[in-house]
Amino acid sequence: MFIITCPFCGERDQSEFSAGGEAHIVRPKQPTELSDDEWADFLFMRKNIKGVQFERWNHAHGCRKWFNVIRDTSNDKIHAVYKMGEKPPQK
Amino acid sequence: MKNNYSIFSLLKNSISYHENWQQAWRDPEPKKEYDAVIVGGGGHGLATAYYLAKKHNMKNIAVVEKGWIGGGNTGRNTTIIRSNYLWDASAGLYDHALKLWENLSQEINYNVMFSQRGVMNLAHNLQDVRDLKRRTHANRLNGIDAVWLSTEEVKKFCPIINTSPDIRYPVLGGTLQRRAGTARHDAVAWGYARGADAMGVDIIQNCEVKGIKRNGNAVEGIETNKGFIKTKKIGVVAAGHSSVIANMAGIRLPLESKPLQALVSEPVKPIIDTVVMSNAVHAYVSQSDKGELVIGAGTDAYVSYTQRGSHDVVEGTLKAILELYPIFSRMKMLRQWGGIVDICPDASPIISKTNIKGLYFNCGWGTGGFKATPGSGDLFAHTIANDEPHKLNASFNINRFVSGDLVDEHGAAAVAH
Repeated sequence: MFIITCPFCGERDQSEFSAGGEAHIVRPKQPTELSDDEWADFLFMRKNIKGVQFERWNHAHGCRKWFNVIRDTSNDKIHAVYKMGEKPPQK
Repeated sequence: MKNNYSIFSLLKNSISYHENWQQAWRDPEPKKEYDAVIVGGGGHGLATAYYLAKKHNMKNIAVVEKGWIGGGNTGRNTTIIRSNYLWDASAGLYDHALKLWENLSQEINYNVMFSQRGVMNLAHNLQDVRDLKRRTHANRLNGIDAVWLSTEEVKKFCPIINTSPDIRYPVLGGTLQRRAGTARHDAVAWGYARGADAMGVDIIQNCEVKGIKRNGNAVEGIETNKGFIKTKKIGVVAAGHSSVIANMAGIRLPLESKPLQALVSEPVKPIIDTVVMSNAVHAYVSQSDKGELVIGAGTDAYVSYTQRGSHDVVEGTLKAILELYPIFSRMKMLRQWGGIVDICPDASPIISKTNIKGLYFNCGWGTGGFKATPGSGDLFAHTIANDEPHKLNASFNINRFVSGDLVDEHGAAAVAH
């Protein structure tokens, strides 16, 4: 449990948000040409990092907008929040 | 040679004030090379080593453990054992484990306090009733004992449950597996460790894996904080940290790691003599032999390795517990903790070879791995020794995420995720 700064609403409790998993997984441009292995990779395989992870969150009980978060999964500390479509901030 | 534990050894050692008990397992330094190395000294890893030595005669093997044995999810779960899963593949897997549990204390000469007190799963809405009845039929077709109980029968079996129709999620019935129950979780790890050690398996604690060395498409060994260990076969049984090891080998797994919480109350006199699980409201409870209520809460809905879990998850579970068991309203909770569970998209485990020669994974047990400990170890040992899965774990290979032949057990997994 922690505080997330929604880029649209500001600081809110984590329980207002729902996690959308690993960020920057690009949807295949030509789905019909994908092999089974590539589909499995897109749909199921995850880095599941212990450490700094790029992930998507949705302010489900607020503005309902999606955005990206950089969070350390080993201590739940949030390093940065940025909007969809934006490049992750360089540190 | 290990001395047998028995009533006679207990009497004999009582004369010397229990100061001369034989060491249960050694504390060896790693050798340069092993025939196989198991990564992870929890119940599943130690069971794997035990069955590798016992059934496949692989005795030059080691178990490496980052902390101390049984200190991860083996020591953090709510010790529930059952096999009432829906699909044939799962029924085969979990009932294989349950059958091994029934004779485990004798087999490893260690009292794992296996208690077949029954597990009841409650239904709180019409869909629950349909799903649970269907699961009961599926179980019986697979030779697994299961019965459907009406609301009155639920009340008779566990009188402290509030079966009033006026509560928010009324009890509309439930299923009961009488062969199911609980066991002492630490004893399972210790018993398998002692048994494996007696056959020559090196159990190396405080030994953290730092890297996996590959030569082309085959493994060569592991880098650890105690130096390099050469081996041609690596069996990874690292639960919530499976992806961390997989990343070292350069592969990805279909897993997400999340904190799962449990809590225990102050000890009280016997009040509940079975295990009651309630998926819809997310509350499950049993009573330990010490008298504590053992309560399982849910997972946090995001990836985290913090071994803590959020307070709102515990609150939600306790609200449900109090509505179902008003008698517990004055109880004090003593301890709360979290463990990191690795969850597969289909809520079924992976016991499988990988595309890298000599690298095997036993993971993805999610919120319910403890019940499968003996079966998981037995089947994983078979997979490592023969480089082929046993027929009971053939369905639980990694390639099912490519073929689409998933084993969807979200309904039977008990913890919603």
